[in-house]
Amino acid sequence: MFYDVIIVGGGLAGMRAAIAAHDAGVKVGLVSKIHPVRSHSGAAQGGVNAALGNHPDGHDDTPERHAYDTIKGSDFLADQDAVDLMANMAPEIIIEFEHWGCPFSRYEDGSIAQRPFGGAGFPRTCYGADRTGLYMLHTCYEQVVKRNIDVLYEHFVTRLAVKNGRCTGVIALNLHTGEFESIAGNAVIFATGGSGRVYSINTTNAHASTGLGLAIPYWAGVALKDMEFIQFHPTGLEGSSILMTEGCRGEGGYLLNNRGERFMKNYVSEKIMELAPRDIVARSIQTEINEGRGFEDSFVHLDLRHLGEQKIKEKLPGIREICLKFKNIDPIKTPIPIHPANHYTMGGIDCDINGETSLEGFYAAGECACVSVHGANRLGGNSLLDTIVFGTQTGRYVAGKVKGMSQTVDTDALNDGLAIEKDRYGKLQSSEGKANPYDIRNDLSKVMNEKIGIFRNETDMKAAVNEIKMLKIKFENLRPIPDTGKFNYDFLWVTEIAGNLDTALAIATGALNRSESRGAHYRIDFNKRLDDEWLKHTLHTYHPSDPEITYKPVTMGKYEPEERKY
Amino acid sequence: MPTFKVFRYDPGKNDLPYFQDYEVPDHKGMTVLEALYYILENLDPTLAFRSSCRMGVCGSCAMHIDGQYGLACETQVASLGNTITIRPLAHMKVIRDMVVDLDPFFAQYEAIKPYLIPKNAPGPREYAQTPRERKKLDILVDCILCAACYGSCPVVGTDEKYLGPHALLKALRFIDDSRDGNTNERLAFVANDSGIFRCHTIFNCQQVCPKDLDPTGAIGKLKMKSFWAKLTGKLKKSG
Ligand SMILES: Cc1cc2nc3c(=O)[nH]c(=O)nc-3n(C[C@H](O)[C@H](O)[C@H](O)COP(=O)(O)OP(=O)(O)OC[C@H]3O[C@@H](n4cnc5c(N)ncnc54)[C@H](O)[C@@H]3O)c2cc1C
Ligand code: SF4
Ligand code: FES
Repeated sequence: MFYDVIIVGGGLAGMRAAIAAHDAGVKVGLVSKIHPVRSHSGAAQGGVNAALGNHPDGHDDTPERHAYDTIKGSDFLADQDAVDLMANMAPEIIIEFEHWGCPFSRYEDGSIAQRPFGGAGFPRTCYGADRTGLYMLHTCYEQVVKRNIDVLYEHFVTRLAVKNGRCTGVIALNLHTGEFESIAGNAVIFATGGSGRVYSINTTNAHASTGLGLAIPYWAGVALKDMEFIQFHPTGLEGSSILMTEGCRGEGGYLLNNRGERFMKNYVSEKIMELAPRDIVARSIQTEINEGRGFEDSFVHLDLRHLGEQKIKEKLPGIREICLKFKNIDPIKTPIPIHPANHYTMGGIDCDINGETSLEGFYAAGECACVSVHGANRLGGNSLLDTIVFGTQTGRYVAGKVKGMSQTVDTDALNDGLAIEKDRYGKLQSSEGKANPYDIRNDLSKVMNEKIGIFRNETDMKAAVNEIKMLKIKFENLRPIPDTGKFNYDFLWVTEIAGNLDTALAIATGALNRSESRGAHYRIDFNKRLDDEWLKHTLHTYHPSDPEITYKPVTMGKYEPEERKY
Repeated sequence: MPTFKVFRYDPGKNDLPYFQDYEVPDHKGMTVLEALYYILENLDPTLAFRSSCRMGVCGSCAMHIDGQYGLACETQVASLGNTITIRPLAHMKVIRDMVVDLDPFFAQYEAIKPYLIPKNAPGPREYAQTPRERKKLDILVDCILCAACYGSCPVVGTDEKYLGPHALLKALRFIDDSRDGNTNERLAFVANDSGIFRCHTIFNCQQVCPKDLDPTGAIGKLKMKSFWAKLTGKLKKSG
């Protein structure tokens, strides 16, 4: 099998890249471990940012203002050239989705409706009720179908084929046949999404959002960037951690502690309240809980009752459905119990605005990539935007690069890769250990939630690094995996856990090293942002024992770092 | 502790499907999907089932749960009895256990041209669509392609060419979109021999849809629309 461009990932970033590359005239293969419409982009609820100026209070909004809000939200760690590009491309790229048929909600004049979101100077989050991601994902897949792009679904990529410093394809397990296949290409774009399942016991992410998409290139020598910046969403449903969109607060929802008090007034200005950026709201909620003002020492209330039945049914039907089905409560009548939950990986595969990485022929886009537009804290509504802007940008750029390149397949690298993966599969089957891989995953997620969470300190993080290393040793002695042939999910999940372990170690060492507080990385032992020393990106390079940590400068622009006040 | 009677089948290895019993310790709020994960992770790593979002939006986990088609991730164990029977969706080839071959399901979806064919050339701004026009799409656009309706439909089971409730619902989604300009062609297509008139209005799809959509109603609407289009001479060919 040969493609000019292989795209790994069928979420918004992967599909948008596939469309861009296809439209530029090259042969594209889209490879995904789940069917594209199953991707977690479809779970996005609240909306996507673009300075369209449609909202009655938003007529003065501009891409410049969007860029400024994003950079300030990032605690000045975002690369300003990348943010400018994203904010400038946003209006046209959202309009394009609308032209493709995306069913956004509307204003009376027929234009796309927008709602206020955290950290934004104007209401600029375009939405389709509270199912924006579902609508965008299906619209994007419709365009893939229209173009007849090759989709290899339920193909689980486990390895890059690399020869002489060049990526020449991928190795994937075809779940339908149970056979490994090699797929050759002149370029590979990873769009494997988030990695929240590193924190699996408390995350809004899907089972499919693991650390493997980061670990595969990391193992092949590509650096990860800024991995210590993990976003905790303020409002995960108590228990399952299913997301309650920021749109709940955008539409006017309150956060209440056990005294019935809108406690956000104690943390930010009364003008901002619940719509402060996520890092700040998550810390405020956790502080309330830690200081005894939560319920059952584990949650606070998200109260929508005052919005009224009509508004809730019209603007937040999905939220109501989730509350009814998973918690047996109706938000029209009852406040929603919520706590912060792991949500978004600001860091990722180190790449530039074209998705280009240090490995020739290998590119990244979407949540798995770190361009970086989100810096130390992502604003709500900017991630869907990131996927489609940088999906497009990377798809186009890569198509330009591979056009006219010879289509000779380097069988050596592919065959080597195939042999290594088959060997690993065999070894896992004949393993003589006892450890249950899922216990290791659970232990790992406990360590991550407890020690690399919202509030961090040196003692905990040192302990975390050691515990992760111990879990890696345990992982060497697994009980054997079965040989089921087709759809061997045990093999799939064991491979995902291998990726989780090294991704976790990158997060923990990056966090331990950064002795300051910035955005979502908050240290109680260094609670100030220290620009002189730390206004720089972390780079994590894989080594079997200790990841190597280095740094590189942030691309600055118009905006000088200032104190981040809301 | 409920017992899960789980359908097991590997066509390459077993002559016939069989049921295997697993006892799963339950807890408050536990979903059927969590129970299946408990089995995979602690009792039997050979079990095969699809899942991803665990929040009822990705459409991976539709199956037959104690006599009802539904999403495993949305079904509370506590809402079921002490013995819970789990089977795959019907009318599709079983690949292994709960994993069925969805290729025909997606092929039929593709057949209805599931993408906007715009009435007007795009300008620099969005196509104007009023809230009223948008409201017509309200539940039509919420389909997660989970195939619960497809598995429940007896016509699908007896006529492999039948387009199916999911594809017909999708056709109406575009016909009812004020921006789409392909109505007559779409109507002519769904009125073909494998389309809307094959539906016997059995209401299974309406009953099982986990998103409370109404494919039966959509097919009824399509029948009326195509009937009317034919009467008024807008449908040239009836396929
Ligand atoms: C519940 C929730 C709600 C959100 N709401 C919003 C919102 O309202 N606004 C906003 O801007 N952002 C939101 N976000 C964030 C945003 O949705 C995601 O960051 C974004 O959708 C990620 O898109 P993606 O294309 O990068 O990845 P995904 O959509 O996760 O897709 C990843 C793809 O990679 C494939 N893949 C992964 N690993 C492999 C492998 N090894 N082999 C083969 N294929 C592989 C998967 O099959 C999948 O198709 C939300 C996130 C969550 C979790
Ligand atoms: S109509 Fe309902 S049951 Fe059928 S595929 Fe769509 S969501 Fe599933
Ligand atoms: S796991 Fe996504 S719908 Fe059930």
